[in-house]
Amino acid sequence: MTNWVPRWLHRLSSPPTFYRFAGALWPWAMVLALVLGAIGLYGALVLAPPDYQQGDAYRIIFIHVPSAWMSMFIYAVMGVAAFVALVWRIKLAEVVAMESAPIGAAFTAITLATGSLWGKPMWGTWWTWDARLTSELVLLFLYLGVIGLYHAFEDRRQGARAAAFLALIGIVNVPIVHFSVNWWNTLHQGSTINVFGTSTIASDMLWPLLVMTLATKAYYIASVCRRTRTGLLTLERGKDWVRTLAKRGATA
Amino acid sequence: MIALALQPFLAMGGYAAYVWPAYAIFFIVLVADSVVPTVRRRRALREIRAQMARHDARRGTSTTIPSPASTR
Repeated sequence: MTNWVPRWLHRLSSPPTFYRFAGALWPWAMVLALVLGAIGLYGALVLAPPDYQQGDAYRIIFIHVPSAWMSMFIYAVMGVAAFVALVWRIKLAEVVAMESAPIGAAFTAITLATGSLWGKPMWGTWWTWDARLTSELVLLFLYLGVIGLYHAFEDRRQGARAAAFLALIGIVNVPIVHFSVNWWNTLHQGSTINVFGTSTIASDMLWPLLVMTLATKAYYIASVCRRTRTGLLTLERGKDWVRTLAKRGATA
Repeated sequence: MIALALQPFLAMGGYAAYVWPAYAIFFIVLVADSVVPTVRRRRALREIRAQMARHDARRGTSTTIPSPASTR
């Protein structure tokens, strides 16, 4: 068997290589996010019909659900990166884990805020302590905890290791968020989209939702690439490749 | 005319007060998230250059360091 995949991954994990790779990748991801976002929003706000029960209020779903998925997806990425960082001590994994946290926190905050704005007209309340909402709030606190712990240390790498440990423990919360609507009797509705079964949503509502999901995924890729590049610059500030880059004017 | 045609769209079936703020939050948070790396990157490069300048000054060597303004 060829072993070019592990070799490629090994090379990619070297900071200067990843810096260049991320620099080439992020503009494409950002363009993809903007194009998909524009298509998705047009479908969400214009083409999709009003819901027969919720009228136009349900249109919050097109940003709420993709953001909620991203809040869990980014946590999973952060958890895996944290695991790699702790076990193999790969610098890139540390940076990716730590730079993912603010983006995940942003999506979690969006999820909670848009959910609140959806809950008020539909449930009659901005907030309720049901399992789904509470576990999502815990997710936000986990993200903030990871960010805070990371910055609490003078030494960046030491901070990253401590925060990676917290990120890894906190990963138990992700399935709790996901299954909370099945495990407990929640005010929050159950899943509309089922990967392994029939989704209970009309197709002209489904496609904008999926396009928005892809847009948020592409956005995360762009954002994490840009953040990781800066993180690597700071961490490797004494290294030759950073010095060369800074001297050149670093327009690339 | 256009404003009149847009009215039902903007009204969101009476839920405008919930739908539009939700979309506004989505955009404001993501725009903020994408501004942060730009600012941080500039600051990081400025600090690295300053560090290099100090280092070179101590050594008495001189490398040409572009001013931060030239990179914008």
